[in-house]
Amino acid sequence: MLGYLLIAPAAIILLGLLAYPLVLGVWLSLTSATLGKAGEFVGLQNYATILADPIFRGAAAYSVFYTVCSEVGKLVLGLALALVLNQQFRGYRAARALMLLPWVAPTVLSALAWLWLLDPQFSALSWLLVQLHLVHSNVDFLGHPWPARFSLIVVNIWRGLPYFAIGYLAGLQSISKDLYEAAAIDGADGWQAFRRITWPLLAPITTILVAFSSIFTLTDFQLIWTITRGGPTDATQVFTTLAYQRAISGGQLGEGAAIAISPIVFMVVLAFFVVRSVREK
Amino acid sequence: MRLRGLRIYGPLTLYGIFLLLPFYWMLLTTFKSREELLNTANPFWIYHFTFSHVIELLTQTAYLQWFANTLFVSVASTVVSVFISYITAYAIIRLRFPGSEVVSTVIFLAYIVPPAILFIPLATIIIQLHWFDKLWALVPIYATFLVPFCTWLLIGFLKNIPRELEEAARVDGASNLAILWRIIFPIAVPGLISAAIFSFTLSWNEYLYALVYMSSSGNKTVSVGMTTELIRGDVFQWGQLMAGALIGVLPAILVYFFFVEYYVAGLSGSVKE
Repeated sequence: MLGYLLIAPAAIILLGLLAYPLVLGVWLSLTSATLGKAGEFVGLQNYATILADPIFRGAAAYSVFYTVCSEVGKLVLGLALALVLNQQFRGYRAARALMLLPWVAPTVLSALAWLWLLDPQFSALSWLLVQLHLVHSNVDFLGHPWPARFSLIVVNIWRGLPYFAIGYLAGLQSISKDLYEAAAIDGADGWQAFRRITWPLLAPITTILVAFSSIFTLTDFQLIWTITRGGPTDATQVFTTLAYQRAISGGQLGEGAAIAISPIVFMVVLAFFVVRSVREK
Repeated sequence: MRLRGLRIYGPLTLYGIFLLLPFYWMLLTTFKSREELLNTANPFWIYHFTFSHVIELLTQTAYLQWFANTLFVSVASTVVSVFISYITAYAIIRLRFPGSEVVSTVIFLAYIVPPAILFIPLATIIIQLHWFDKLWALVPIYATFLVPFCTWLLIGFLKNIPRELEEAARVDGASNLAILWRIIFPIAVPGLISAAIFSFTLSWNEYLYALVYMSSSGNKTVSVGMTTELIRGDVFQWGQLMAGALIGVLPAILVYFFFVEYYVAGLSGSVKE
């Protein structure tokens, strides 16, 4: 009896403000609702509309591209950082604390600093590239589709790689040193030890990190909205920015809800991997 | 020894430059004179130091109000969510009532539902409840992602507290509630601190809900106020914007630095659990 009483506050909040909106979102996506008008049931009309819309298809494609590139970058750079941090050296604690800053700092505020670093006229990065004679004139990072797409991926990697590094560091610290000693006796070099011991033993952590991070990267809003707002001309539009524009700025709640829900197709697969690997432990 | 040092500090320096660059950039821009922002021999240095951006930000914009709002919402949602999560986690792992297994799975699934797929239907609910543009409404809204996360974290933590402690107290006639407050709570403090730091930084970081549900300037948070009111038209006041970003980043970073060991333990634990 006390058990039910203790979980009641959590249950009320999660049922009312999480489960109910989730169901309501599915319902809204099947209606012609606009901001201020309930609308009528229209079946799969909104889904047919967005699937025929090249902007939506572009947003879906870039969402996936953005997620895949960012995850690969975060995994490789995060693991490399963890391997560096996993050695005995002076200043370990300070280094670990500082490296986590991008993950701790509010995304919108650090994204503003990136926006200013990538400014078309006064970019300090352009200045550096010109000084190094890598380019002749200022780079317009955010003014053209592909440079803008890759700039956002770099910023996403910047923000997420500390999370991977700390996750992997915890994993590395739980691997027994004996394994490496045995491998060294058998004549294995560093790369072989990594391939045969480190990487396989980190596999469960890799699954969790990638699946978790993918769910939130696929539905990233803050970073993209602050830096490009989906531009130039919809080149960096993702599910969430397009949903925001259609539903909140444009008032088309039904269509926006359909766009917002569509990444669920990928997320169910990712959630399956997360739940499975958490269960296995 | 030389070579080993280079192999560690070499890559660390490169990572440091990449990971800390935006913060260095905020700091430089905040104290750099207006002329120098647009025309300088070396953008990575300050030749003319100034406080004018900070002063203008604090006196000519609503920044202080946004800052106070963010602080209120973050502290209130942290206190409320950590409390709710604590009693929920305790109920799930110790008071094995019918359905407690299901509850724990549902809580975990709730954690991986991103706000980005909820904000549109939630907007219609917020309007119906007359919560729109009410600052305190962000407290229960933030609880929707804080409670699943903290409960999950605390379940992992409370599991490790030996059952014998409670059983001994129960033999002495202590009630469940007394055990919850007098026995478990003091031992759970490190776990609660971990949960509180995460809640605070997550609330301070939140953007989408505050952007959509707060509309008047007096109810905005730092991130929302800066992106909706300080970025206007084509001319960006970079000095003010970076001053605002720097001041806005500080509370999250300070809380983090004070409790960095708890933070890392929580982050590592959430992966290993």
